[in-house]
Amino acid sequence: MKLNKQVMSETAEHILLPEGSIEKQTTTLNLGPTHPATHGVFQNIVELDGERIVKATSTVGYIHRAFEKLAERRPLFQITPITDRLNYCSSPLNNMGWHLTCEKLLGVKTPKRVDYLRVIIMELSRISDHLICNSIVGVDSGAYTGFLYVMQYRELIYEIYEEVCGSRLTTNIGRIGGFERNFTNAAFEKLEKFLKEYPGVLKEFENLFTRNRIFMDRTIGCGPIAAERALNYGFTGPNLRAAGVDYDVRVHSPYSSYEDFDFVIPVGKTGDSYDRFLVRNEEMWQSLSIIKQAWEKIQSFKGAEAEVFHADTPAYYLPEKKDVYTKMEALIYHFKIIMGETDIPAGEVYHSIEAANGELGFYLISDGGRTPYRLHFRRPCFIYYQAYPEMIKGGMLSDAIITMSSLNLIAGELDA
Amino acid sequence: MTNEAIQLKLTEKFGDQLTGWEEPYGMLTFTAPKELNLKVLQFLYDDEALKFQFLTDLQAVHYPDNKGAELAVVYHLHNLVDNCRIRFKVFTAIQEPDVYSATALYQSANFMERETYDFFGVNFIGHPNLIRILNVDEMDYFPLRKEFPLEDQTRIDKDDDMFGR
Repeated sequence: MKLNKQVMSETAEHILLPEGSIEKQTTTLNLGPTHPATHGVFQNIVELDGERIVKATSTVGYIHRAFEKLAERRPLFQITPITDRLNYCSSPLNNMGWHLTCEKLLGVKTPKRVDYLRVIIMELSRISDHLICNSIVGVDSGAYTGFLYVMQYRELIYEIYEEVCGSRLTTNIGRIGGFERNFTNAAFEKLEKFLKEYPGVLKEFENLFTRNRIFMDRTIGCGPIAAERALNYGFTGPNLRAAGVDYDVRVHSPYSSYEDFDFVIPVGKTGDSYDRFLVRNEEMWQSLSIIKQAWEKIQSFKGAEAEVFHADTPAYYLPEKKDVYTKMEALIYHFKIIMGETDIPAGEVYHSIEAANGELGFYLISDGGRTPYRLHFRRPCFIYYQAYPEMIKGGMLSDAIITMSSLNLIAGELDA
Repeated sequence: MTNEAIQLKLTEKFGDQLTGWEEPYGMLTFTAPKELNLKVLQFLYDDEALKFQFLTDLQAVHYPDNKGAELAVVYHLHNLVDNCRIRFKVFTAIQEPDVYSATALYQSANFMERETYDFFGVNFIGHPNLIRILNVDEMDYFPLRKEFPLEDQTRIDKDDDMFGR
């Protein structure tokens, strides 16, 4: 009995063991590049003392695709499919961010109805992104049910995209100045179905997780970050708000008529995985309320206004095909746009939107040619990922997995 | 916090060393000599009225025709309290692309400076770990510089039959 006690105290004072003794040795573990628990191509070399992380080194760049270079030879509308591949869990947000940047550079003013339609699509994709993130946190802490139950509603969101633009994951949705076509009735019916059924599902999802003792024990205090550190590390979005800073681009620099909507920015306190989960969860409710408001506003449009789905910018917005065959101007613009022969006004512009992970910025420099002179994407993931080694240091290996999924790291956005 | 007020405060401190004042699309933009970049950043960070304490973005632009100052390092800063953004640039010669690193002030500059180094070869002095980040370590050129054009799409010497092109 006495011996046992001695052994235990020795294990506790492990750190005092002489240098080089076998118990003191740490283990190096390669977590990634392709590890089933990391949901993407990330490599982390972790130095383990038992199960505790002493040190971590991150390597990124496994799926780098040189988007910034590619963009230097493409006309503006051909860059939209590139932005799809940044954060592929919420491509419409990236697309819209890009269109808004172009519109800022070109000085295009979009009609209110277009803004509201965009808000609907953007908030839908925010919901689908947060849904994935939160349910994956559940999967990583051993609760698979949530992930399986909510996926049919992400599917419904994807069906709405499909009705609007024809594709689901990499959407290439919208054009400079608006949408490629008006929303069909089927799209609005699906939207109504979503608005009617989704609150119940989200409630059920909350019941599974929010006050679940096991989930709380698993996530509270896991991977925390203080507000000052988070700001210094360039955090934005839900991860920053979980640390207690109420910075939201939608409120600070409203775009696409966000100033017309009533919503609350949820903030957390400790910046741990549980707070990040709660902030994302509350944001889904807020997004739902924004969609409802936008849908009501859209229904209030009457007459010709109720049919508007793009701005009147013939030089950048592709004309309708039947006009191309019958009208000369339409034919000229069609040719110029398709062949990428439209000159972009010279200037430099930075525009940012609140993407699902934080401030997604586009820094576009044009020298008056047909393609951007330089385009830089400010990817929120890339910037806050550098805090990851600090956040997991001193914690358990299994906490590192939950921290990673609750940060919502998307490899596509990280590597650009 | 208006752009004029910021400009006034900066000119008070640095005199006519700051040049190229512009306001493209409402964002105050100016150029600083590259030796001064940390001093400007520190002043913008510490000043009680300015409080530009959030580094939004950091990247470079290559202007091959701008002899002697080919590379521009661009900082986007944000004052989160008053919600005001500014952009400032430092130019450096491509033969000697040394710029002081902002990592001591902003942790977030770490990856962004590594990315800028990786693509443009800007040598950030004082960076703790200035190695390539997105490209392979063996790469011996800086791909986003303008002397590396994208492949000519009309080239015919390449056998792409297997890909149906």
